[in-house]
Amino acid sequence: MTEGTTEGLRPEADGLIYGLTPPRTDEAFLVRHPSVIRTASVLVVLVAWELYGRALNPVFLSYPVAIAGALVELIRSGELLQATLQTLRALVIGFAIALVVGIGIGFLMGRYRLVSLTLDPFVTALYNTPSVALIPLIQLWFGLGVTAKVIIVSMSAFFPIVINTFAGVHNTSQGLVDVVRAYGATARQISTKVVLPNSVPFIMAGVRLAVGRAVIGVVTAEFFTAISGLGGLVIVFSNAFATAKLFVPVLTLVALGLCLTSLAKWAERRLTPWKESERAAAR
Amino acid sequence: MTGALALDVRNVRKLFFQPSPRGPAGLLVLDDVSFSVREGEFVSALGPSGCGKTTLARIIVGLEDVAAGSVLIDNHPAGPPGPDRCLVFQHYALLPWRTVLGNVELAMEIQGIPKQERRERARRYVELVGLTGFETHYPHQLSGGMQQRTGLARALAAEPRMLIMDEPFGALDAQMRTLLQDELLRICEAMRVTVLFVTHSIDEAVYLSDRILVFSARPGRPVAELTVDLPHPRGQETTRSSHRFIEIRKAVSDVLAERTDYYRGDRKIDAVHHD
Repeated sequence: MTEGTTEGLRPEADGLIYGLTPPRTDEAFLVRHPSVIRTASVLVVLVAWELYGRALNPVFLSYPVAIAGALVELIRSGELLQATLQTLRALVIGFAIALVVGIGIGFLMGRYRLVSLTLDPFVTALYNTPSVALIPLIQLWFGLGVTAKVIIVSMSAFFPIVINTFAGVHNTSQGLVDVVRAYGATARQISTKVVLPNSVPFIMAGVRLAVGRAVIGVVTAEFFTAISGLGGLVIVFSNAFATAKLFVPVLTLVALGLCLTSLAKWAERRLTPWKESERAAAR
Repeated sequence: MTGALALDVRNVRKLFFQPSPRGPAGLLVLDDVSFSVREGEFVSALGPSGCGKTTLARIIVGLEDVAAGSVLIDNHPAGPPGPDRCLVFQHYALLPWRTVLGNVELAMEIQGIPKQERRERARRYVELVGLTGFETHYPHQLSGGMQQRTGLARALAAEPRMLIMDEPFGALDAQMRTLLQDELLRICEAMRVTVLFVTHSIDEAVYLSDRILVFSARPGRPVAELTVDLPHPRGQETTRSSHRFIEIRKAVSDVLAERTDYYRGDRKIDAVHHD
C-alpha cells in the first residue's frame, strides 16, 4: 500500500494502523542487505588480484589461487598450526599479565593520589616509548624464547589498559559514591559496588585497543627472533622469496586479530549490558 | 502525634571553606539549627534555594560533618552513615549498571542481608512503589518518575528508622510530581515512617506535612514553625481545594515573605515555585 491510499483507514483501539507497508526509499535495499555489497566488493578485488597477480612475477605478488594452495600445504605439514599456537600462547599469557597488572595498577592510581603521583612519570614516559625500541634490550635480558615474547606482548597491551582503568576509576561520580556511603558502605564496598563497575566500560574500551597492540607486539617480537610463531614464518618465507606462502601467516594474523577483537567486543557487551542502548544508537 | 523523638538536631553550625582574595574564607551555610522530629511525623524543611537545606539533609545522614552542634537519632548521637536513616536523593542517583531490583537491593547488600531475603524484600518494595514488571529494567530505560520510585524503594527496603528526602520530586514534571506525592502519602500512612522532607515548594510542603519548618536564606536557620492540621487521608483535589489548605498556604507564604528572601533575592534561582 502506498501513501495516498491510507485516507480511509482508521487506527484500531491502540491507536495503530496494522498491515501497512512503509513507503520504499532508494536506500532500503542497501540498508537491509549490507552484506550483498560487501561480498561483491571483496569478490571484485579478489578477481582483479588474481588476474593482475598471474601477469606478474610470482616473487613480487602472488595471487589468491596460489595462496590458497600454499595454505593447504602449510596446514597439511602442520607448520601453520604450530606457528599459530606459538603466537597464541605468547599472546594469551602476555595479555593476561597485562590485564591483571594493568587493572590493578590503574585502580590503585585512580583511587590513591599518592600512587598516581608516584607512578605517573613512569607510565607517561613508557607510554610514549615505542615498545619496538625496547625489543633488543628485552631479548638481551630474556633471550629469544617465549619469555621475551610474553614480556613484549604485556608491555604493548599494558598501557591502554592501565590508562583506561585509571580514567574509569577517576571518573566515578561523587554522587554515586555518596549513595553507598549514605547506606554505610565501607571503603571496600565503595570500591566493589561503585568504583569498579563504573570503570568496566572504560576498561573494556582499553582492552579493545590493547588487543590490536598486543598482536602488533607479538609479531614484531617474532620478526626479531625469526625462529617461532607466525611472525617467524613471515620472515622465513620472505627470506626464501616464497611469496605465496608468505601471505598465509599474514592472512592468519588478520584472522587472529579479527577473532580477538570480536571476542573483546563480545566480552564488552556481556559485561556492560546497561550500555546496550548507547551502542545501538552509535551503530 | 506524641511519640518519642526520632530526630533531634541541636545547635548545628556548618561552614564551607572557599578561597578568597584574602586567603581561605568560611561560608556559613547553617547557623544554630535546632529542631526535632517525633516518631511517625512528616516534617518539611521549606526555604529558598541556597538556604542549606540539602547540606542539612547530608549532615543528618552523616555525609557531612558539622562545625558545631550535634544530631541525635533516637536520643543517641548519630554515628557514621548507616541504614537507620536513609536519604532519597534529588537526582535519583541510581547505579546505572544495576537493574531496578539490583538498585533496590543495594542498601540491603551493604547491611549484609543474605541474598534470599534481599531478593524477597526487594520484590516487595518494588511492588509497593508500583514498579512490578520493571524489575529487570536499567535506570536509563525508565522515566524520571519511575527512577525516583526506584530510589524510594531502595531507601524503604533498608527499613530505616527515618527517611530523609532531599527535594525528591524537584526534577519531575508537575503531573508526575503530584502522582508521587500521593504515592508517598499512601506509603507513609501504611508504614508509619518518619520523614524529614526538604523542599522549596510551598504547595508540596503544605500538602504532605504534619509540620513545616521555614528556613531563612544563608545562613540557613529555622525561623518559623507551622503545624498543618489538614485531615488524613489527603487527596490532590479535595485537600488542595479545601479552605484550610488555602489558609495554611497563605500563612506559610506570609512567613516566607516576612522572614526570608523567598520572594526577593536572586530571581533567577527558581525561587518562586508553584506546582
